[in-house]
Amino acid sequence: MKYGILDIARVVRSKNSGPFELVLDIMFKDHKIFETLRETKQINKELIAAAYRLTPEDIHNIVWFAPAHAVKVVMHRRIVSGAPGDSDVYGAQQHAPLLGLTFEL
Amino acid sequence: MKPAFKILSPTAILGYGFPEESFRRAIAEKPDLIAVDGGSSDPGPYYLGAGKAFTDRTGVKRDLRFMITEGVKHGIPVVIGTAGGSGAAPHLEWCRQIVLEIAAEANLSFKMAVIPTDVSKDVVHAALDAGKIEALEFVPPLTHEAIDATTNLVAQMGVEPFIAALKAGAQVVLGGRAYDPSCFAALPIMLGYDEGLALHCGKILECAAIAATPGSGSDCAMGILDETGFVLKTFSDERKFTPESAAAHTLYEKSDPYMLPGPGGVLNLRECKFEDIGNGQVRVTGSRHEHTPYKVKLEGSRPVGFRTVAIAGVRDPIMIKSIEEILQAVRQRVENNLGANADAKVFFHIYGKNGVMGDLEPVKQTQTHELGIVIEVVAPTQEAADTVCSLTRSTLLHYGYPGRVATAGNLALPFSPSDIRAGVVFEFSVYHLMDLPQEDLFPFHMQQVTPQGVTA
Repeated sequence: MKYGILDIARVVRSKNSGPFELVLDIMFKDHKIFETLRETKQINKELIAAAYRLTPEDIHNIVWFAPAHAVKVVMHRRIVSGAPGDSDVYGAQQHAPLLGLTFEL
Repeated sequence: MKPAFKILSPTAILGYGFPEESFRRAIAEKPDLIAVDGGSSDPGPYYLGAGKAFTDRTGVKRDLRFMITEGVKHGIPVVIGTAGGSGAAPHLEWCRQIVLEIAAEANLSFKMAVIPTDVSKDVVHAALDAGKIEALEFVPPLTHEAIDATTNLVAQMGVEPFIAALKAGAQVVLGGRAYDPSCFAALPIMLGYDEGLALHCGKILECAAIAATPGSGSDCAMGILDETGFVLKTFSDERKFTPESAAAHTLYEKSDPYMLPGPGGVLNLRECKFEDIGNGQVRVTGSRHEHTPYKVKLEGSRPVGFRTVAIAGVRDPIMIKSIEEILQAVRQRVENNLGANADAKVFFHIYGKNGVMGDLEPVKQTQTHELGIVIEVVAPTQEAADTVCSLTRSTLLHYGYPGRVATAGNLALPFSPSDIRAGVVFEFSVYHLMDLPQEDLFPFHMQQVTPQGVTA
């Protein structure tokens, strides 16, 4: 059955990890959902790249963190935090494309 | 068996505040240390480069007054990391002046250690030549030119400089740029508590009650260390720690939540456990610190020009429909008229279209009925930025785009004057690891603070 990300996650956010790096965090509602998504590999570089209209090579890393039932996506900031032309110094509003994702559970 | 060691973190960033009631309840538990993180690189390169605090002076003084007054009264060390927001010499001095004012107003005398963390450019040039500088992920290689252009260049210190100051008997330690957990972990490590547990506890406490649920950056949190773990608790009835909230915080702003690198080591959380022990408290065990060759993270910003901005709104649906073509044409017309100001850069932030995400925005066709446009100009001088911003604003205001029916003007300008000088623009120029060139890179200065000022 298909679920929207808001049905299965309690936190979906973005933030700088240092001025050169952007991280996306998705924290799932419970460990079972976390395990299912980790095992079925539905969250992968291709999925994230498609949501942001990037190529999979632009997605640096995907890390699963069991204690927080969370998955973390690491990419580089296209404009370094606060440099001329930047639009989000903290990187805190770059998560919205994730909100449209759906998953099979 | 070591007694429990209680670390109070009153607020996520010095100046963000805390409820007095929470602080009083925390003090009633007789903490062994009051520590606070004073800064962050999150607010961007300006504050470090310009030597300005991003926190409000009144707020910082209010928070520090509670911490120092109670610390001195009960003999609890007060340790501040990354003073003044960015931890360079001007930030440290700004914060030191606030401490002296508090001592004068509250009639307090105490020993204070001040730890500057500015790194001489000669040291960094030499390290670069010796191959002892390493770029962090996604960061371009360091150059001598970037070092020379940098206004404030600091290194994140580890626990060692704080320990040296505390061993010398400091009641208050005012630290420059520090690895966030250092100010919390130094005293317990000095007293023989486990490094991994102390640093992980500090890692969580540096954001105070943000790691609780509901999270707050303006409320107290406490970490209670023992020989095999630490317990996290809050002092406000509306908030508690849960295993998820504490673990989630470990994830925050980090690229790999299992391996957190810091000065001289990596915090390994692969075996870490978060356990609910009731009453809104969580016990954490299994955090390990593994020593690595000692490197410090350097941070620096350099000026890249001056900024002038203008803010405007658009409500005309014909204009909104072809906003991209219109701005492209305006940009072209402005570029043709720059003359001596050819170095100026013009940016359009189009809120309602892609103002937040820029090129990363997947929604290409906006459905909005109004747009907000910020015209941003960065140029080598303030006058040039003013001139180009004025030219861009007036060109856009009167540009005759195809299909235009509203011939009186294209922009709703909310303010008069419409253009705002935003001053010097900085960018991060140094964000690299450097081999520690000498053990005592960050010596402290001990000062005897009295209500009349510093006497020695």
